[in-house]
Amino acid sequence: MNNALRKLGQLALVLFLVTLFTALLVSLLPGDPAEVIIPFGDESDREALREELNLDDPLPVRYVAWLGDFVTGDMGNYYRQSITEPVADRVTQAAPVSLLLMLYAQVLALVIAIPLGVITAQRAGSFFDKFTNTTAFGILAIPNFVLALVLSYVVGVELGWLPPQGYVRFSNDIGEHFRSMILPSISLAAGQVAVYMRLLRTDMVATLQEDFILMAKAKGLSNKRVLWRHALRPSSLTLLTVAGLNVGTLVGGALIIEIIFTLPGMGVLIFQAISERQYVAIQSLVALIAVGYVLVNVFVDMLYAALDPRIRSARG
Amino acid sequence: MARRRIVAEPSKDQTEPLLVVDDLHTTFRTPSGRVRAVNGVSFELKQGRTLGIVGESGSGKSVLSRTIMGLLPSNNVEVTGSARYRGNELVGAKSSVLRSLWGSELSMIFQDPMTSLNPVMRIGKQITEVLRHHLDMSNDEAEDMAVSLLRSVKIPEPEKRVRQYPHELSGGMRQRVVIAVALACGPHLLFADEPTTALDVTVQAQILDLLDEQQRERFMSMVLVTHDLGVVAGRAHDIAVMYAGRIVEMAPTRTLFQNMRMPYTQALFESIPKLDLPSHTRLTVIPGRPPDLVNPPTGCSFAPRCERAQARCLEEQPPLMEAETPDHRYACFYPVGTPEGDEALAENRRRGYQAAGVPVMIQEKAS
Amino acid sequence: MPEVEPTSVKIDPAAGEGPDAALRHDDPDGTVTLSKTKRLGPIGWLAIIWLGLVALMAFVPQLFPVPGLTERFPDALRDRDFGPTAGHPLGFDTSGRDLLSKLVYGTRASMIVSVLAVTFGLIVGGTFGLIAGYFRGKIDTVITNAFNVGLAIPQLVLAITLAAVFASDANAGYGQRVLVVTFAIGFASIPILGRITRANTLTWANREFVMAAKTVGARTPRIIIREVLPNVAPAMFSIALLGIAIAIVVEGGLALIGVGIPADITSPSWGNLIATGRSQMLLGEAAQVMTASLMVFFTVLSLNYLGDVVRARFDVRDSAL
Ligand SMILES: Nc1ncnc2c1ncn2[C@@H]1O[C@H](COP(=O)(O)OP(=O)(O)OP(=O)(O)O)[C@@H](O)[C@H]1O
Ligand SMILES: [Mg+2]
Repeated sequence: MNNALRKLGQLALVLFLVTLFTALLVSLLPGDPAEVIIPFGDESDREALREELNLDDPLPVRYVAWLGDFVTGDMGNYYRQSITEPVADRVTQAAPVSLLLMLYAQVLALVIAIPLGVITAQRAGSFFDKFTNTTAFGILAIPNFVLALVLSYVVGVELGWLPPQGYVRFSNDIGEHFRSMILPSISLAAGQVAVYMRLLRTDMVATLQEDFILMAKAKGLSNKRVLWRHALRPSSLTLLTVAGLNVGTLVGGALIIEIIFTLPGMGVLIFQAISERQYVAIQSLVALIAVGYVLVNVFVDMLYAALDPRIRSARG
Repeated sequence: MARRRIVAEPSKDQTEPLLVVDDLHTTFRTPSGRVRAVNGVSFELKQGRTLGIVGESGSGKSVLSRTIMGLLPSNNVEVTGSARYRGNELVGAKSSVLRSLWGSELSMIFQDPMTSLNPVMRIGKQITEVLRHHLDMSNDEAEDMAVSLLRSVKIPEPEKRVRQYPHELSGGMRQRVVIAVALACGPHLLFADEPTTALDVTVQAQILDLLDEQQRERFMSMVLVTHDLGVVAGRAHDIAVMYAGRIVEMAPTRTLFQNMRMPYTQALFESIPKLDLPSHTRLTVIPGRPPDLVNPPTGCSFAPRCERAQARCLEEQPPLMEAETPDHRYACFYPVGTPEGDEALAENRRRGYQAAGVPVMIQEKAS
Repeated sequence: MPEVEPTSVKIDPAAGEGPDAALRHDDPDGTVTLSKTKRLGPIGWLAIIWLGLVALMAFVPQLFPVPGLTERFPDALRDRDFGPTAGHPLGFDTSGRDLLSKLVYGTRASMIVSVLAVTFGLIVGGTFGLIAGYFRGKIDTVITNAFNVGLAIPQLVLAITLAAVFASDANAGYGQRVLVVTFAIGFASIPILGRITRANTLTWANREFVMAAKTVGARTPRIIIREVLPNVAPAMFSIALLGIAIAIVVEGGLALIGVGIPADITSPSWGNLIATGRSQMLLGEAAQVMTASLMVFFTVLSLNYLGDVVRARFDVRDSAL
């Protein structure tokens, strides 16, 4: 109980500091932020912007105002010469694309990594184990954008098996949707597969030496059951933690992969915001990502408890 | 409380023994050499009887029981010899054959109940899975059975326990659960590998009594492994004393206690605390350390630590000899309670050291 | 966030030490083959040789017999054949410039950025990590929470943001942009480097010899520098190797997003070669992307491998990822 409160306090603190940091990004801009954000137009536009962003107010006031807007879904605007467009509108379009990409990649990574981890652990030292580990080590050294570029070029352009670029909405055409997501998901998942597999293998090897595994064997259970029902769950805790922490890597990777495959997700949004110098948008997007990331880790923490009854009861 | 009572002999059953072990060797290939953990062990075990295997830490008791069960890791082990269960050879048996025996015919209880239950699986599930696997029970049947098994191993509130996880139970309770799992399918042969070493002194006797009771109720055979001669004293029909991978003395319990021949058995015996309590003592009272199993000494492996050791003991390995008492065998050239033995001891005391150069105390031992 | 505290439990690799050694199924990684990876081995030497080559390319690219960056080879352009020819083992880019020379001269920017970034991150994060792990208590809570905040923003996102904000001045010069990119990557790596240092310090700060130094009355900075730091150093070193590998990749990512080292004919980096090579690749000329990617790949592979060797050698536990 106490522990839960402390966790909650910590979470609140982290969220506070992260949003504070991002909320103040604009004031980090060298020179007059209004000048940087609206280089065109006249002074009255800038005055309006100063008003909107509370640039003349002291920091706490500005933060509270920003936070109030942020939690109510007002993420500021794109400031263009002709129109100002709310950032939130674009986010509602883009976020699902990124989330789907990360989801597919994460699922793909786990679906491949878990069996590989289990089998290599069971056959630790075998040729298969060594081969898989060496391959994984090599894959770890391939940046995901390199893989994306190569896949897009070889499979997409040269072989023409899958679209090298572009996105199809799930609601438009399910088959095409998945076809358009295969290469991006593989590019994003490959590195994670290697990480997860190695982690799971290490933990599995340790678990397989536990007494309760010998006891499970001595019950006469099949090897399969011993591995998957007895050994996997207690071995998956590190994997889970890292999978949660890795969402950060995944987010970063997704941004670049989206740009390479021109998937209209958050990455493309950030890319555009940066190239158009839309700092208000950048600030909101980063805040959004950070909050999402923190929440994912809270969720992982909860899953942790579901997987390990010892933690569950320790928390009361 | 451990009662040192002599176990009633079961009705003389003249059938083929349940388990026949013949010249069993287990060797581990390790980077530092070949570890001969079990080095030529033979014995027989009849239905309904309990064999106590006693020896210091590292003498190969666990490896022996696991070799017979076929539960050793496969990659660096060599096993030769034979272990027949009801006439079926277990050494080198196919893993599918072994798996069908494990849990149903042959069961095992491990030393540490804190680590031998799966921490993330409910107690009930850990019992029902073995029932469902071997006896093809439905889920409901298995659950009822699990509750009655927990009741029979004297766990209070079994209906509640089946839904709990191991960490919610005390060590003694967990060991009871382990016993319930091991007994679930009514095995004929139970290996209990130091089932009480990790437990509180007060709980030890309860667990041993429980095992004892279940063994007699089910007319099961049991191999009770321990490093404490006191534990098996009142509970085993026969006792085998192990040293450095060999059986160095073996006899029916009463015979062994009255007529022990092997100096090592005597040393073990003297290390039992004189209080009538289950012992917790590791056998630190025997001077010296167990031998290196990679390069064992040429002669008797106990010679370097033996008060009676003579030159011959260092050169020649004593074979397992028949004693005049029935079913009693020992491996010693200068046995306890024989003129040769007494003479050897007296000579060493005169010299002040034994053949391996270890000093021998002059004063008489109280015994 | 679930925090994995380093445990000091270590299974003794000597077989049969524990009471029930018989049931320990042998782990070929844990006992036998570990000793192999502790030595450098042929792959380790290859890695070192490669990194040495990379260092030479970074510091004295003039040593390599390649044409200058601005030189163009009209023959390749005329024939529209950009493949390898004599004297140009990797061929040309689509403007007829020698590819190998771009790679060689691109090394400097990539390496300077990644090495300096990690040095910066390690000095800042390492110091705070040492302090947090050594003193524990309140100061640890504060620093750890600060790290957690940093970790709450994905490293690449943070680096992108910082690079975008600080290089917002459109007229920022090359030097300034490089500095911004370096700072962005370095700053973004502080939390992770700091956390790992902290975790390793925790395991050492309570060791007997540190206690002994305390009781003898040694001054705290002295204890930290003389007793704790040397023991934490191998961990920091191995993390630095991995960190440089990551930084190289992040540099590439920043370049692709358009906030990296500005792509200019005279200022290549591996990252911006990959970024600018994309358009050539879609025209069917994949050589620039491929070769620059291979440079990144071999360098990252070497750094990862050596990082692993150092970890195995000094028995570093990567408990706090
Ligand atoms: N997997 C293995 N690899 C190498 N040596 C082993 C292995 N398992 C056991 N040994 C060795 O075999 C010998 C016998 O071990 P065993 O565990 O059977 O002793 P024990 O009599 O059960 O002792 P304890 O009372 O401590 O349980 C020991 O010297 C041990 O080091
Ligand atoms: Mg044992």
